[in-house]
Amino acid sequence: MSALPIDLGTLRELEATAGADFVRELVATFLAEAPQMLDGLREALAGSDAERFRRTAHSLKSNANTFGATALAVMAKQLELGGLDSGRGAALDALAGEYARVAKALSESHRA
Amino acid sequence: MREVGTGGARLLVVDDNKVNRLLLTRNLELMGHRVATAENGRMALDMLRREPFDLMLLDLEMPEMNGFEVLEQLGRDLALRDVPVVVTSSLEGLDNVVRSIELGAEDYLTKPVNVVLLKARVGASLEKKRLRDQQKELVRRFATPEVAQDLQQSGFALGGKHVRGSVLFSDIRDFTPLMESQSPEETIELLNTYYTLMFDAIGGHGGIVSQIAGDGLMALFGAPMPLPSHAESAVRTALEMVDLVELFNAERKVAGKTPIRIGVGVASGEMVAGYTGTQDRATYTCIGDTVNLAARLETQTKVAGRPILIDLATREGLPASIAVEPLGPVAIRGKAAPVDVFAVAAPSR
Repeated sequence: MSALPIDLGTLRELEATAGADFVRELVATFLAEAPQMLDGLREALAGSDAERFRRTAHSLKSNANTFGATALAVMAKQLELGGLDSGRGAALDALAGEYARVAKALSESHRA
Repeated sequence: MREVGTGGARLLVVDDNKVNRLLLTRNLELMGHRVATAENGRMALDMLRREPFDLMLLDLEMPEMNGFEVLEQLGRDLALRDVPVVVTSSLEGLDNVVRSIELGAEDYLTKPVNVVLLKARVGASLEKKRLRDQQKELVRRFATPEVAQDLQQSGFALGGKHVRGSVLFSDIRDFTPLMESQSPEETIELLNTYYTLMFDAIGGHGGIVSQIAGDGLMALFGAPMPLPSHAESAVRTALEMVDLVELFNAERKVAGKTPIRIGVGVASGEMVAGYTGTQDRATYTCIGDTVNLAARLETQTKVAGRPILIDLATREGLPASIAVEPLGPVAIRGKAAPVDVFAVAAPSR
């Protein structure tokens, strides 16, 4: 756990183009949606719903990239491409752990 | 027409992910566009069918109906297939880009979307749409709705196909002396009013105007789209044209102007319909004996002193409620044997 969970350059650029106030709202939306995605991945895995698993991982990857959460995006991408099998074992726990770091960093940098 | 060149275009953002939807909407609104959103393909299609959009930004990976399915449906929908689509996706793999473009997407942007690229692509797509709209408007103005639709559906190809239909020719009697007795402006105004009335009559009965030249016009019934009772439609058009000219004359009389009279010839049968001309300039028309005969019958109205003359094939396509008077076999220029000609009774008023 060395590198920052968020690439600040990406975040700054986002603020520069979309506006800091808007990005604050966007972060709040992400923090509200992402836990549902993590739950969704577990449910899809339990229900062997490969399509939903892939789509949810895809969505999380896309959002992680938006905020510069590079490591989270890479993990989500591995799940998107790897399918249900890649989600077994500790992969989803690791993903949840990385998300927690991202969420902490985002909320600290975007406290309303 | 809406101004879409510099901004203020109406855009539809389709993405199942809320963060993506909000961000894309924000960026587009900052560029001056008005944005509506949909959460999946099905919603997007519903919205496109309800209200016009200048451009759609479409995610691929969505529940309910994904982006590829939306593109496929759009391609099959005549009313919607010209809506430009920019695909925005973070799907892995070049094959998705290729498939999107093959399905008709205008462009492809990878998410997270770079704002500068977004602006350039959206601007270019809107500009292309504006040019296409202009082109369609031109086709609409210079062709009939049916020909415009035929062009849109089947594309443009020179050459013809055999159809059964009726041809109508009409012109204004003694037009040259009339034209010489008034100013060119008055003549143009007269022709414009006259054509407005005649086009209404023709279109109202399912015919299309194939050609106009000076004071004469040629209309087709049964091409490019088949028309079951083409003979009756053509004759009812002729009757309405004569009727409308009477009304027009009443107006002209009040304004102290000379009344006009028209002659109409209708013939029915086989003809070859299609685009003739060159790749650069062509017109939709029909050729064949039927067409020649209709033109001759129109000329013959001067001799016969009747406003509407038709041939036997047209006569046979009429219901009993339309009164016709046989004028017997008449020698027609270009025809070896005399042709049975019938006069249609002008409506009494």
